[in-house]
Amino acid sequence: MSLMSTPRAGRGFHPDLATKAFNRLATTCLVVFALLWLVPFAWALITSLRPNDEITADPVDFWGSSWTLDAYSKAWDANPIGWWYVNSLIISVLAVVLTVAVCSMIGFALAHLDFRGKRVLVALVLAGIMMPMESLVLPQFMQLRAFHLLGTYWALILPAIAAPVAVFIFRAFFRQIPDSLIDAARIDGVGWWRIYLQICMPLCRPATSAVAILTFISTWNAFLLPLLVLTQTKSQTIPVGLSSLIGGSAIQYAETMASSILGILPLFAAFLLLQRRIVQGVAQTGIR
Amino acid sequence: MSSVTITRAEHRRSERRRSEHNRAGWLFSMPFLVIYALFLVGPVLVGLVVSFFNTATVAPGLGEWVGLDNYAEVLGSGEFWASMWHSTLFTLLTTPLLVVLPLIAAMLAARVTRNQWFFRLAFFAPYVVPSSIVCLIFAFMYTPETGLISHAFGWVGLTAPDFLGSVNGAWFSVVMLTVWWTFGFNFILYLAAIMDIPEDVYEAAALDGTSPLQQMRHLTIPMVRSTISLVVLLQVLASLKVFDQIYLLLQGGPDKATRPAIEYIYDTGFTSYRGGYAASATMVYFLALVLVAVIWALLRRGRKVAE
Repeated sequence: MSLMSTPRAGRGFHPDLATKAFNRLATTCLVVFALLWLVPFAWALITSLRPNDEITADPVDFWGSSWTLDAYSKAWDANPIGWWYVNSLIISVLAVVLTVAVCSMIGFALAHLDFRGKRVLVALVLAGIMMPMESLVLPQFMQLRAFHLLGTYWALILPAIAAPVAVFIFRAFFRQIPDSLIDAARIDGVGWWRIYLQICMPLCRPATSAVAILTFISTWNAFLLPLLVLTQTKSQTIPVGLSSLIGGSAIQYAETMASSILGILPLFAAFLLLQRRIVQGVAQTGIR
Repeated sequence: MSSVTITRAEHRRSERRRSEHNRAGWLFSMPFLVIYALFLVGPVLVGLVVSFFNTATVAPGLGEWVGLDNYAEVLGSGEFWASMWHSTLFTLLTTPLLVVLPLIAAMLAARVTRNQWFFRLAFFAPYVVPSSIVCLIFAFMYTPETGLISHAFGWVGLTAPDFLGSVNGAWFSVVMLTVWWTFGFNFILYLAAIMDIPEDVYEAAALDGTSPLQQMRHLTIPMVRSTISLVVLLQVLASLKVFDQIYLLLQGGPDKATRPAIEYIYDTGFTSYRGGYAASATMVYFLALVLVAVIWALLRRGRKVAE
Protein backbone atom coordinates (compact mmCIF):
# COMPACT_ATOMS: atom_id res chain seq x y z
CA MET A 1 0.00 0.00 0.00
CA SER A 2 1.47 3.29 -1.02
CA LEU A 3 0.14 4.90 2.14
CA MET A 4 2.71 2.91 4.01
CA SER A 5 5.63 3.59 1.74
CA THR A 6 7.95 6.47 2.36
CA PRO A 7 6.16 9.69 1.55
CA ARG A 8 6.91 11.65 -1.58
CA ALA A 9 9.68 14.25 -1.79
CA GLY A 10 12.57 12.07 -0.78
CA ARG A 11 12.54 11.46 -4.52
CA GLY A 12 14.73 12.86 -7.16
CA PHE A 13 13.48 16.28 -8.16
CA HIS A 14 14.27 19.47 -6.30
CA PRO A 15 11.37 21.71 -5.42
CA ASP A 16 11.90 25.40 -6.02
CA LEU A 17 11.94 27.96 -3.25
CA ALA A 18 8.28 28.91 -3.53
CA THR A 19 7.25 25.27 -3.29
CA LYS A 20 9.52 24.80 -0.29
CA ALA A 21 8.00 27.80 1.42
CA PHE A 22 4.54 26.53 0.62
CA ASN A 23 5.34 23.12 2.03
CA ARG A 24 6.67 24.66 5.19
CA LEU A 25 3.53 26.75 5.58
CA ALA A 26 1.36 23.68 4.92
CA THR A 27 3.22 21.75 7.59
CA THR A 28 2.82 24.51 10.14
CA CYS A 29 -0.90 24.93 9.51
CA LEU A 30 -1.44 21.21 9.67
CA VAL A 31 0.53 20.78 12.89
CA VAL A 32 -1.51 23.51 14.58
CA PHE A 33 -4.69 21.90 13.28
CA ALA A 34 -3.62 18.45 14.52
CA LEU A 35 -2.64 19.75 17.95
CA LEU A 36 -6.04 21.41 18.20
CA TRP A 37 -7.58 18.02 17.39
CA LEU A 38 -5.85 16.47 20.39
CA VAL A 39 -7.17 19.06 22.86
CA PRO A 40 -10.32 17.14 23.91
CA PHE A 41 -8.19 14.11 24.85
CA ALA A 42 -5.65 16.24 26.66
CA TRP A 43 -8.31 18.12 28.53
CA ALA A 44 -10.12 14.94 29.61
CA LEU A 45 -6.83 13.50 30.81
CA ILE A 46 -5.75 16.61 32.70
CA THR A 47 -9.17 17.01 34.31
CA SER A 48 -9.19 13.38 35.41
CA LEU A 49 -5.92 13.95 37.26
CA ARG A 50 -6.99 17.05 39.20
CA PRO A 51 -8.82 17.23 42.53
CA ASN A 52 -12.49 18.19 42.17
CA ASP A 53 -12.32 21.34 44.33
CA GLU A 54 -9.54 22.74 42.14
CA ILE A 55 -11.55 22.06 38.98
CA THR A 56 -14.56 23.96 40.30
CA ALA A 57 -12.33 26.82 41.48
CA ASP A 58 -10.50 27.19 38.18
CA PRO A 59 -11.90 24.88 35.49
CA VAL A 60 -9.63 25.83 32.59
CA ASP A 61 -6.33 25.86 34.44
CA PHE A 62 -4.20 23.60 32.26
CA TRP A 63 -1.40 23.17 34.71
CA GLY A 64 -2.86 22.62 38.17
CA SER A 65 -0.68 22.54 41.25
CA SER A 66 -1.56 19.09 42.48
CA TRP A 67 -2.19 15.82 40.71
CA THR A 68 -4.07 12.80 41.97
CA LEU A 69 -5.27 9.42 40.76
CA ASP A 70 -8.14 9.60 43.21
CA ALA A 71 -10.79 10.00 40.53
CA TYR A 72 -9.74 6.72 38.90
CA SER A 73 -10.28 4.60 41.98
CA LYS A 74 -13.57 6.39 42.63
CA ALA A 75 -14.72 5.85 39.05
CA TRP A 76 -13.79 2.19 39.23
CA ASP A 77 -15.73 1.74 42.49
CA ALA A 78 -18.79 3.73 41.44
CA ASN A 79 -19.56 1.64 38.34
CA PRO A 80 -19.00 -2.00 37.35
CA ILE A 81 -16.44 -0.93 34.76
CA GLY A 82 -14.64 -4.25 35.15
CA TRP A 83 -17.77 -6.09 34.05
CA TRP A 84 -18.30 -3.72 31.16
CA TYR A 85 -14.76 -4.46 29.97
CA VAL A 86 -15.38 -8.19 30.16
CA ASN A 87 -18.69 -7.96 28.27
CA SER A 88 -17.26 -5.71 25.57
CA LEU A 89 -14.24 -7.93 25.19
CA ILE A 90 -16.18 -11.22 24.90
CA ILE A 91 -18.65 -9.77 22.39
CA SER A 92 -15.99 -8.12 20.25
CA VAL A 93 -13.59 -11.07 20.21
CA LEU A 94 -16.30 -13.60 19.34
CA ALA A 95 -17.66 -11.27 16.65
CA VAL A 96 -14.19 -10.93 15.14
CA VAL A 97 -13.43 -14.66 15.14
CA LEU A 98 -16.78 -15.64 13.66
CA THR A 99 -16.84 -12.84 11.09
CA VAL A 100 -13.40 -13.77 9.83
CA ALA A 101 -14.31 -17.48 9.68
CA VAL A 102 -17.72 -17.17 8.04
CA CYS A 103 -16.94 -14.34 5.62
CA SER A 104 -13.61 -15.76 4.49
CA MET A 105 -15.26 -19.10 3.70
CA ILE A 106 -17.83 -17.63 1.34
CA GLY A 107 -15.19 -15.23 0.05
CA PHE A 108 -13.07 -18.24 -0.88
CA ALA A 109 -16.00 -19.97 -2.57
CA LEU A 110 -16.86 -16.88 -4.61
CA ALA A 111 -13.24 -16.43 -5.67
CA HIS A 112 -12.14 -19.94 -6.53
CA LEU A 113 -15.08 -22.29 -6.85
CA ASP A 114 -17.18 -22.53 -9.95
CA PHE A 115 -20.63 -23.46 -8.74
CA ARG A 116 -24.20 -23.07 -9.90
CA GLY A 117 -25.90 -19.95 -8.52
CA LYS A 118 -22.65 -18.15 -7.82
CA ARG A 119 -23.66 -15.05 -9.75
CA VAL A 120 -26.88 -14.80 -7.80
CA LEU A 121 -24.92 -15.02 -4.55
CA VAL A 122 -22.55 -12.26 -5.63
CA ALA A 123 -25.51 -10.02 -6.47
CA LEU A 124 -27.16 -10.88 -3.16
CA VAL A 125 -24.09 -10.00 -1.12
CA LEU A 126 -23.57 -6.84 -3.14
CA ALA A 127 -27.13 -5.75 -2.36
CA GLY A 128 -26.34 -6.30 1.31
CA ILE A 129 -23.54 -3.71 1.17
CA MET A 130 -26.02 -1.04 0.17
CA MET A 131 -28.42 -1.95 2.96
CA PRO A 132 -28.59 0.60 5.78
CA MET A 133 -28.79 -1.93 8.62
CA GLU A 134 -28.71 0.57 11.48
CA SER A 135 -32.06 1.92 10.38
CA LEU A 136 -33.68 -1.48 11.03
CA VAL A 137 -32.97 -1.61 14.73
CA LEU A 138 -36.62 -1.99 15.75
CA PRO A 139 -37.47 -5.07 13.66
CA GLN A 140 -34.03 -6.41 14.59
CA PHE A 141 -34.95 -6.09 18.25
CA MET A 142 -38.31 -7.82 17.71
CA GLN A 143 -36.63 -10.63 15.85
CA LEU A 144 -34.03 -11.14 18.59
CA ARG A 145 -36.80 -11.25 21.14
CA ALA A 146 -38.64 -13.89 19.12
CA PHE A 147 -35.42 -15.94 19.09
CA HIS A 148 -35.12 -15.50 22.88
CA LEU A 149 -31.71 -13.89 22.47
CA LEU A 150 -32.36 -10.70 24.45
CA GLY A 151 -29.91 -10.22 27.27
CA THR A 152 -27.39 -12.58 25.66
CA TYR A 153 -24.10 -11.84 23.97
CA TRP A 154 -25.38 -13.59 20.84
CA ALA A 155 -27.91 -10.82 20.22
CA LEU A 156 -24.97 -8.56 19.43
CA ILE A 157 -22.57 -11.07 17.93
CA LEU A 158 -24.81 -12.77 15.35
CA PRO A 159 -26.02 -9.61 13.54
CA ALA A 160 -22.41 -8.39 13.40
CA ILE A 161 -21.27 -11.52 11.55
CA ALA A 162 -23.44 -10.92 8.49
CA ALA A 163 -20.94 -8.46 7.02
CA PRO A 164 -21.16 -8.27 3.21
CA VAL A 165 -18.22 -5.85 3.08
CA ALA A 166 -15.99 -8.42 4.76
CA VAL A 167 -17.01 -10.99 2.13
CA PHE A 168 -15.88 -8.66 -0.63
CA ILE A 169 -12.60 -7.87 1.06
CA PHE A 170 -11.81 -11.57 1.36
CA ARG A 171 -13.00 -12.31 -2.17
CA ALA A 172 -10.77 -9.55 -3.57
CA PHE A 173 -7.73 -10.91 -1.74
CA PHE A 174 -8.42 -14.56 -2.58
CA ARG A 175 -8.73 -13.68 -6.25
CA GLN A 176 -5.11 -12.53 -6.27
CA ILE A 177 -4.08 -16.12 -5.60
CA PRO A 178 -3.52 -17.71 -9.02
CA ASP A 179 -5.89 -20.51 -10.02
CA SER A 180 -2.89 -22.54 -11.16
CA LEU A 181 -1.69 -22.82 -7.57
CA ILE A 182 -5.02 -24.18 -6.48
CA ASP A 183 -5.33 -26.51 -9.47
CA ALA A 184 -1.90 -27.89 -8.71
CA ALA A 185 -2.94 -28.61 -5.15
CA ARG A 186 -6.13 -30.28 -6.40
CA ILE A 187 -4.15 -32.54 -8.70
CA ASP A 188 -2.03 -33.53 -5.73
CA GLY A 189 -5.26 -34.61 -4.07
CA VAL A 190 -5.50 -31.84 -1.50
CA GLY A 191 -9.09 -31.28 -0.31
CA TRP A 192 -10.91 -27.95 -0.63
CA TRP A 193 -10.96 -27.42 3.12
CA ARG A 194 -7.20 -27.74 3.35
CA ILE A 195 -6.68 -25.51 0.33
CA TYR A 196 -8.78 -22.83 2.02
CA LEU A 197 -7.22 -23.23 5.45
CA GLN A 198 -3.59 -24.01 4.69
CA ILE A 199 -2.97 -22.29 1.38
CA CYS A 200 -5.37 -19.39 1.00
CA MET A 201 -5.86 -18.12 4.53
CA PRO A 202 -2.13 -17.75 5.27
CA LEU A 203 -1.72 -15.80 2.02
CA CYS A 204 -4.48 -13.36 2.99
CA ARG A 205 -3.23 -12.04 6.30
CA PRO A 206 -3.80 -8.36 5.32
CA ALA A 207 -7.45 -9.08 4.56
CA THR A 208 -7.85 -10.98 7.82
CA SER A 209 -6.32 -8.20 9.86
CA ALA A 210 -8.34 -5.47 8.12
CA VAL A 211 -11.61 -7.32 8.69
CA ALA A 212 -10.63 -8.25 12.25
CA ILE A 213 -9.65 -4.76 13.32
CA LEU A 214 -12.62 -3.01 11.75
CA THR A 215 -15.08 -5.58 13.13
CA PHE A 216 -13.51 -5.15 16.54
CA ILE A 217 -13.83 -1.36 16.49
CA SER A 218 -17.41 -1.40 15.27
CA THR A 219 -18.67 -4.05 17.72
CA TRP A 220 -16.79 -2.53 20.64
CA ASN A 221 -18.27 0.92 19.85
CA ALA A 222 -21.81 -0.16 18.97
CA PHE A 223 -24.37 1.74 20.99
CA LEU A 224 -28.03 1.51 20.03
CA LEU A 225 -28.49 -2.27 19.77
CA PRO A 226 -26.55 -3.00 23.00
CA LEU A 227 -28.60 -0.28 24.69
CA LEU A 228 -31.80 -2.10 23.74
CA VAL A 229 -30.61 -5.65 24.13
CA LEU A 230 -28.53 -5.66 27.33
CA THR A 231 -30.62 -4.09 30.05
CA GLN A 232 -28.96 -5.26 33.25
CA THR A 233 -26.27 -2.89 34.54
CA LYS A 234 -23.68 -5.63 34.89
CA SER A 235 -24.31 -7.10 31.46
CA GLN A 236 -23.77 -3.82 29.60
CA THR A 237 -20.89 -2.94 27.33
CA ILE A 238 -18.50 -0.04 27.91
CA PRO A 239 -20.28 2.46 25.60
CA VAL A 240 -23.73 1.76 27.08
CA GLY A 241 -22.50 1.65 30.65
CA LEU A 242 -20.65 4.93 30.37
CA SER A 243 -23.53 6.65 28.59
CA SER A 244 -25.42 6.74 31.89
CA LEU A 245 -22.84 9.21 33.20
CA ILE A 246 -23.63 11.88 30.60
CA GLY A 247 -25.47 14.78 32.15
CA GLY A 248 -24.94 13.26 35.57
CA SER A 249 -23.97 15.18 38.68
CA ALA A 250 -22.19 18.33 37.64
CA ILE A 251 -19.58 18.33 40.38
CA GLN A 252 -17.70 15.12 39.75
CA TYR A 253 -15.88 16.19 36.61
CA ALA A 254 -12.70 14.40 37.55
CA GLU A 255 -14.51 11.14 38.11
CA THR A 256 -16.47 11.39 34.87
CA MET A 257 -13.35 12.17 32.87
CA ALA A 258 -11.49 9.35 34.60
CA SER A 259 -14.26 6.98 33.49
CA SER A 260 -13.92 8.26 29.94
CA ILE A 261 -10.19 7.69 29.98
CA LEU A 262 -10.72 4.19 31.35
CA GLY A 263 -13.20 3.55 28.55
CA ILE A 264 -10.88 4.80 25.82
CA LEU A 265 -7.73 3.13 27.12
CA PRO A 266 -8.03 -0.38 25.62
CA LEU A 267 -9.05 0.91 22.21
CA PHE A 268 -6.34 3.52 22.31
CA ALA A 269 -3.71 0.97 23.20
CA ALA A 270 -4.90 -1.26 20.36
CA PHE A 271 -4.89 1.73 18.05
CA LEU A 272 -1.33 2.73 18.90
CA LEU A 273 -0.13 -0.85 18.45
CA LEU A 274 -1.97 -1.47 15.20
CA GLN A 275 -2.07 2.05 13.82
CA ARG A 276 -0.64 1.19 10.43
CA ARG A 277 -2.90 -1.78 9.90
CA ILE A 278 -6.03 0.08 10.96
CA VAL A 279 -5.26 2.95 8.66
CA GLN A 280 -4.40 0.54 5.87
CA GLY A 281 -7.66 -1.35 6.41
CA VAL A 282 -9.75 1.80 6.17
CA ALA A 283 -7.81 3.06 3.18
CA GLN A 284 -8.29 -0.18 1.28
CA THR A 285 -11.86 -0.86 2.06
CA GLY A 286 -13.61 2.27 3.18
CA ILE A 287 -15.78 0.32 5.62
CA ARG A 288 -17.41 2.35 8.27
CA MET B 1 -9.79 -23.93 -33.42
CA SER B 2 -10.15 -27.35 -34.87
CA SER B 3 -13.07 -29.54 -33.99
CA VAL B 4 -12.47 -31.02 -30.60
CA THR B 5 -13.50 -34.50 -29.76
CA ILE B 6 -13.99 -34.78 -26.09
CA THR B 7 -13.02 -38.21 -25.00
CA ARG B 8 -15.28 -39.99 -22.61
CA ALA B 9 -12.71 -39.84 -19.83
CA GLU B 10 -12.28 -36.10 -20.21
CA HIS B 11 -15.99 -35.63 -20.20
CA ARG B 12 -16.35 -37.63 -17.02
CA ARG B 13 -13.55 -35.66 -15.42
CA SER B 14 -15.18 -32.32 -16.16
CA GLU B 15 -18.51 -33.66 -14.90
CA ARG B 16 -16.87 -34.70 -11.67
CA ARG B 17 -15.15 -31.33 -11.37
CA ARG B 18 -18.49 -29.59 -11.75
CA SER B 19 -20.29 -31.50 -9.06
CA GLU B 20 -17.29 -31.19 -6.77
CA HIS B 21 -17.23 -27.43 -7.19
CA ASN B 22 -20.97 -27.27 -6.71
CA ARG B 23 -20.90 -29.12 -3.44
CA ALA B 24 -17.84 -27.34 -2.03
CA GLY B 25 -19.09 -23.95 -3.17
CA TRP B 26 -22.39 -24.25 -1.39
CA LEU B 27 -20.85 -25.78 1.72
CA PHE B 28 -18.39 -22.91 2.04
CA SER B 29 -21.13 -20.36 1.45
CA MET B 30 -23.72 -21.89 3.74
CA PRO B 31 -22.72 -20.48 7.17
CA PHE B 32 -22.69 -16.94 5.83
CA LEU B 33 -25.91 -17.39 3.89
CA VAL B 34 -27.78 -18.67 6.92
CA ILE B 35 -26.69 -15.74 9.07
CA TYR B 36 -27.24 -13.32 6.19
CA ALA B 37 -30.79 -14.57 5.68
CA LEU B 38 -31.58 -14.48 9.39
CA PHE B 39 -30.01 -11.22 10.47
CA LEU B 40 -29.85 -9.04 7.37
CA VAL B 41 -32.80 -10.08 5.24
CA GLY B 42 -34.73 -11.10 8.38
CA PRO B 43 -35.19 -7.63 9.88
CA VAL B 44 -36.42 -6.24 6.55
CA LEU B 45 -39.12 -8.92 6.34
CA VAL B 46 -40.01 -8.68 10.03
CA GLY B 47 -40.29 -4.88 9.73
CA LEU B 48 -42.46 -5.19 6.64
CA VAL B 49 -44.84 -7.72 8.23
CA VAL B 50 -45.09 -5.96 11.58
CA SER B 51 -45.80 -2.63 9.89
CA PHE B 52 -49.23 -3.94 8.83
CA PHE B 53 -50.22 -4.89 12.37
CA ASN B 54 -51.11 -3.08 15.52
CA THR B 55 -48.20 -4.72 17.34
CA ALA B 56 -47.23 -3.67 20.85
CA THR B 57 -43.49 -3.73 21.48
CA VAL B 58 -43.81 -5.21 24.97
CA ALA B 59 -46.50 -7.83 24.38
CA PRO B 60 -45.82 -11.01 22.41
CA GLY B 61 -47.72 -11.70 19.21
CA LEU B 62 -48.49 -9.54 16.22
CA GLY B 63 -51.70 -7.97 17.40
CA GLU B 64 -54.52 -6.89 15.13
CA TRP B 65 -54.21 -6.51 11.36
CA VAL B 66 -54.55 -2.84 10.42
CA GLY B 67 -53.47 -2.88 6.78
CA LEU B 68 -52.03 0.42 5.64
CA ASP B 69 -53.33 2.41 8.62
CA ASN B 70 -49.88 2.67 10.21
CA TYR B 71 -48.43 4.01 6.99
CA ALA B 72 -51.21 6.54 6.62
CA GLU B 73 -50.56 7.73 10.15
CA VAL B 74 -46.77 7.89 9.69
CA LEU B 75 -47.05 9.80 6.43
CA GLY B 76 -49.51 12.20 8.00
CA SER B 77 -47.48 12.72 11.16
CA GLY B 78 -45.84 16.12 11.52
CA GLU B 79 -43.49 14.72 14.18
CA PHE B 80 -42.26 12.00 11.85
CA TRP B 81 -41.53 14.44 9.04
CA ALA B 82 -39.87 16.80 11.51
CA SER B 83 -37.54 13.99 12.55
CA MET B 84 -36.82 13.11 8.91
CA TRP B 85 -36.02 16.77 8.31
CA HIS B 86 -33.66 16.81 11.32
CA SER B 87 -31.74 13.84 9.91
CA THR B 88 -31.59 15.63 6.56
CA LEU B 89 -30.54 18.92 8.13
CA PHE B 90 -27.79 17.15 10.06
CA THR B 91 -26.63 15.63 6.76
CA LEU B 92 -26.68 19.03 5.03
CA LEU B 93 -24.68 20.57 7.87
CA THR B 94 -22.06 17.84 8.25
CA THR B 95 -21.49 16.54 4.72
CA PRO B 96 -19.87 19.66 3.19
CA LEU B 97 -17.57 20.05 6.20
CA LEU B 98 -16.64 16.37 6.25
CA VAL B 99 -16.06 16.21 2.50
CA VAL B 100 -14.04 19.41 2.07
CA LEU B 101 -11.99 19.82 5.27
CA PRO B 102 -10.46 16.32 5.27
CA LEU B 103 -9.61 16.74 1.58
CA ILE B 104 -7.70 19.96 2.27
CA ALA B 105 -5.96 18.39 5.27
CA ALA B 106 -5.02 15.30 3.23
CA MET B 107 -3.63 17.39 0.36
CA LEU B 108 -1.49 19.29 2.82
CA ALA B 109 -0.47 16.14 4.72
CA ALA B 110 0.63 14.48 1.48
CA ARG B 111 3.23 17.26 1.11
CA VAL B 112 4.68 16.68 4.54
CA THR B 113 7.66 14.46 4.19
CA ARG B 114 8.37 13.42 7.74
CA ASN B 115 6.34 12.26 10.72
CA GLN B 116 3.15 11.67 8.82
CA TRP B 117 2.15 9.19 11.53
CA PHE B 118 1.47 12.17 13.77
CA PHE B 119 -1.37 13.42 11.55
CA ARG B 120 -2.83 9.96 11.19
CA LEU B 121 -2.77 9.65 14.97
CA ALA B 122 -4.22 13.07 15.74
CA PHE B 123 -7.00 12.92 13.16
CA PHE B 124 -7.87 9.24 13.24
CA ALA B 125 -7.67 8.50 16.97
CA PRO B 126 -11.07 10.12 17.72
CA TYR B 127 -12.68 7.70 15.27
CA VAL B 128 -11.91 4.67 17.46
CA VAL B 129 -13.54 6.26 20.52
CA PRO B 130 -17.10 5.11 21.32
CA SER B 131 -19.83 7.72 20.83
CA SER B 132 -20.79 7.82 24.50
CA ILE B 133 -17.26 8.74 25.53
CA VAL B 134 -17.03 11.40 22.84
CA CYS B 135 -20.27 12.80 24.25
CA LEU B 136 -19.02 12.62 27.85
CA ILE B 137 -15.96 14.67 26.97
CA PHE B 138 -17.83 17.17 24.80
CA ALA B 139 -20.73 17.58 27.24
CA PHE B 140 -18.07 18.58 29.75
CA MET B 141 -16.44 21.00 27.32
CA TYR B 142 -19.82 22.57 26.44
CA THR B 143 -20.77 23.22 30.08
CA PRO B 144 -21.55 26.94 30.38
CA GLU B 145 -19.47 27.93 33.43
CA THR B 146 -16.70 25.36 33.44
CA GLY B 147 -16.46 24.12 29.87
CA LEU B 148 -13.35 24.63 27.78
CA ILE B 149 -15.23 25.51 24.58
CA SER B 150 -17.46 27.99 26.42
CA HIS B 151 -14.31 29.63 27.77
CA ALA B 152 -12.62 29.59 24.37
CA PHE B 153 -15.48 31.69 22.99
CA GLY B 154 -14.75 34.21 25.74
CA TRP B 155 -11.02 34.29 24.89
CA VAL B 156 -11.73 35.49 21.36
CA GLY B 157 -14.30 38.00 22.57
CA LEU B 158 -17.46 36.11 21.64
CA THR B 159 -20.36 35.07 23.82
CA ALA B 160 -20.77 31.32 23.79
CA PRO B 161 -24.23 30.20 22.70
CA ASP B 162 -26.26 27.98 24.99
CA PHE B 163 -24.75 24.81 23.52
CA LEU B 164 -27.24 22.32 24.87
CA GLY B 165 -30.23 24.53 25.60
CA SER B 166 -30.90 26.53 22.44
CA VAL B 167 -31.75 25.10 19.03
CA ASN B 168 -28.93 26.82 17.14
CA GLY B 169 -26.45 26.06 19.92
CA ALA B 170 -27.54 22.42 19.89
CA TRP B 171 -26.97 22.04 16.16
CA PHE B 172 -23.64 23.80 16.44
CA SER B 173 -22.48 21.57 19.30
CA VAL B 174 -23.54 18.33 17.66
CA VAL B 175 -22.05 19.23 14.27
CA MET B 176 -18.75 20.30 15.85
CA LEU B 177 -18.57 17.07 17.85
CA THR B 178 -19.30 14.98 14.77
CA VAL B 179 -16.68 16.73 12.67
CA TRP B 180 -14.08 16.13 15.39
CA TRP B 181 -15.12 12.52 15.83
CA THR B 182 -15.34 11.33 12.19
CA PHE B 183 -12.96 13.68 10.35
CA GLY B 184 -10.15 11.10 10.40
CA PHE B 185 -12.05 8.45 8.50
CA ASN B 186 -12.44 10.58 5.37
CA PHE B 187 -8.95 12.01 5.85
CA ILE B 188 -7.49 8.51 5.61
CA LEU B 189 -9.52 7.65 2.49
CA TYR B 190 -8.31 10.83 0.78
CA LEU B 191 -4.71 10.45 1.90
CA ALA B 192 -4.56 6.93 0.50
CA ALA B 193 -5.97 8.08 -2.84
CA ILE B 194 -3.58 11.04 -3.06
CA MET B 195 -0.56 8.91 -2.22
CA ASP B 196 -1.55 6.56 -5.05
CA ILE B 197 -1.06 9.28 -7.67
CA PRO B 198 2.19 8.53 -9.49
CA GLU B 199 5.14 10.78 -8.70
CA ASP B 200 6.01 11.67 -12.27
CA VAL B 201 2.71 13.48 -12.75
CA TYR B 202 3.82 16.01 -10.17
CA GLU B 203 7.39 16.09 -11.42
CA ALA B 204 6.20 16.97 -14.90
CA ALA B 205 3.93 19.65 -13.51
CA ALA B 206 6.74 21.07 -11.37
CA LEU B 207 8.99 21.26 -14.42
CA ASP B 208 6.27 23.26 -16.15
CA GLY B 209 6.50 25.70 -13.29
CA THR B 210 3.04 25.24 -11.81
CA SER B 211 2.54 26.43 -8.25
CA PRO B 212 1.52 24.03 -5.49
CA LEU B 213 -1.98 25.50 -5.43
CA GLN B 214 -2.36 25.03 -9.18
CA GLN B 215 -1.14 21.46 -8.82
CA MET B 216 -3.75 20.80 -6.17
CA ARG B 217 -6.53 22.30 -8.24
CA HIS B 218 -5.65 20.91 -11.64
CA LEU B 219 -3.93 17.65 -10.73
CA THR B 220 -4.78 16.30 -7.31
CA ILE B 221 -8.49 17.05 -7.20
CA PRO B 222 -9.30 15.66 -10.68
CA MET B 223 -7.26 12.54 -9.94
CA VAL B 224 -9.06 11.76 -6.71
CA ARG B 225 -12.50 12.58 -8.09
CA SER B 226 -13.79 9.03 -7.70
CA THR B 227 -12.67 8.99 -4.05
CA ILE B 228 -14.47 12.29 -3.48
CA SER B 229 -17.68 10.86 -4.86
CA LEU B 230 -17.26 7.75 -2.69
CA VAL B 231 -16.69 9.91 0.38
CA VAL B 232 -19.80 11.95 -0.43
CA LEU B 233 -21.95 8.82 -0.63
CA LEU B 234 -20.51 7.22 2.53
CA GLN B 235 -20.88 10.51 4.37
CA VAL B 236 -24.47 11.14 3.28
CA LEU B 237 -25.54 7.62 4.24
CA ALA B 238 -23.68 7.78 7.57
CA SER B 239 -25.09 11.21 8.42
CA LEU B 240 -28.65 10.23 7.52
CA LYS B 241 -28.35 7.42 10.07
CA VAL B 242 -27.36 9.77 12.89
CA PHE B 243 -28.58 8.77 16.34
CA ASP B 244 -25.92 8.31 19.01
CA GLN B 245 -24.57 11.81 19.48
CA ILE B 246 -27.90 13.64 19.21
CA TYR B 247 -29.56 11.22 21.61
CA LEU B 248 -26.70 11.16 24.11
CA LEU B 249 -25.87 14.85 24.11
CA LEU B 250 -29.31 16.41 23.68
CA GLN B 251 -31.94 13.66 23.97
CA GLY B 252 -33.18 15.10 20.69
CA GLY B 253 -33.88 18.39 22.42
CA PRO B 254 -34.32 21.17 23.14
CA ASP B 255 -37.97 20.25 22.89
CA LYS B 256 -37.48 17.65 20.11
CA ALA B 257 -35.98 20.31 17.85
CA THR B 258 -33.05 18.06 16.88
CA ARG B 259 -34.65 14.61 17.23
CA PRO B 260 -33.49 12.49 14.26
CA ALA B 261 -35.47 9.76 12.49
CA ILE B 262 -33.94 6.84 14.40
CA GLU B 263 -34.79 8.53 17.69
CA TYR B 264 -38.37 9.00 16.53
CA ILE B 265 -38.56 5.27 15.82
CA TYR B 266 -36.93 4.56 19.17
CA ASP B 267 -39.39 6.82 21.00
CA THR B 268 -42.53 5.45 19.37
CA GLY B 269 -41.31 1.86 19.51
CA PHE B 270 -39.65 1.66 22.90
CA THR B 271 -41.15 4.48 24.95
CA SER B 272 -44.73 4.43 23.64
CA TYR B 273 -44.43 0.69 22.79
CA ARG B 274 -46.17 1.15 19.44
CA GLY B 275 -44.17 -1.52 17.62
CA GLY B 276 -46.35 -1.76 14.52
CA TYR B 277 -46.42 1.97 14.02
CA ALA B 278 -42.68 2.32 14.62
CA ALA B 279 -42.09 -0.51 12.15
CA SER B 280 -43.91 1.35 9.40
CA ALA B 281 -41.87 4.48 10.22
CA THR B 282 -38.81 2.22 9.97
CA MET B 283 -39.83 1.01 6.53
CA VAL B 284 -40.38 4.56 5.21
CA TYR B 285 -37.02 5.65 6.59
CA PHE B 286 -35.27 2.53 5.32
CA LEU B 287 -36.73 3.06 1.87
CA ALA B 288 -35.50 6.67 1.83
CA LEU B 289 -31.95 5.52 2.59
CA VAL B 290 -32.03 2.75 -0.03
CA LEU B 291 -33.33 5.29 -2.54
CA VAL B 292 -30.35 7.58 -1.89
CA ALA B 293 -27.94 4.70 -2.47
CA VAL B 294 -29.72 3.58 -5.64
CA ILE B 295 -29.90 7.10 -7.08
CA TRP B 296 -26.19 7.53 -6.45
CA ALA B 297 -25.44 4.23 -8.17
CA LEU B 298 -27.56 5.20 -11.18
CA LEU B 299 -25.94 8.64 -11.42
CA ARG B 300 -22.53 7.04 -11.34
CA ARG B 301 -23.43 4.55 -14.01
CA GLY B 302 -24.88 7.37 -16.09
CA ARG B 303 -21.69 9.37 -15.79
CA LYS B 304 -19.56 6.38 -16.69
CA VAL B 305 -21.64 5.79 -19.81
CA ALA B 306 -21.41 9.48 -20.69
CA GLU B 307 -17.65 9.38 -20.40
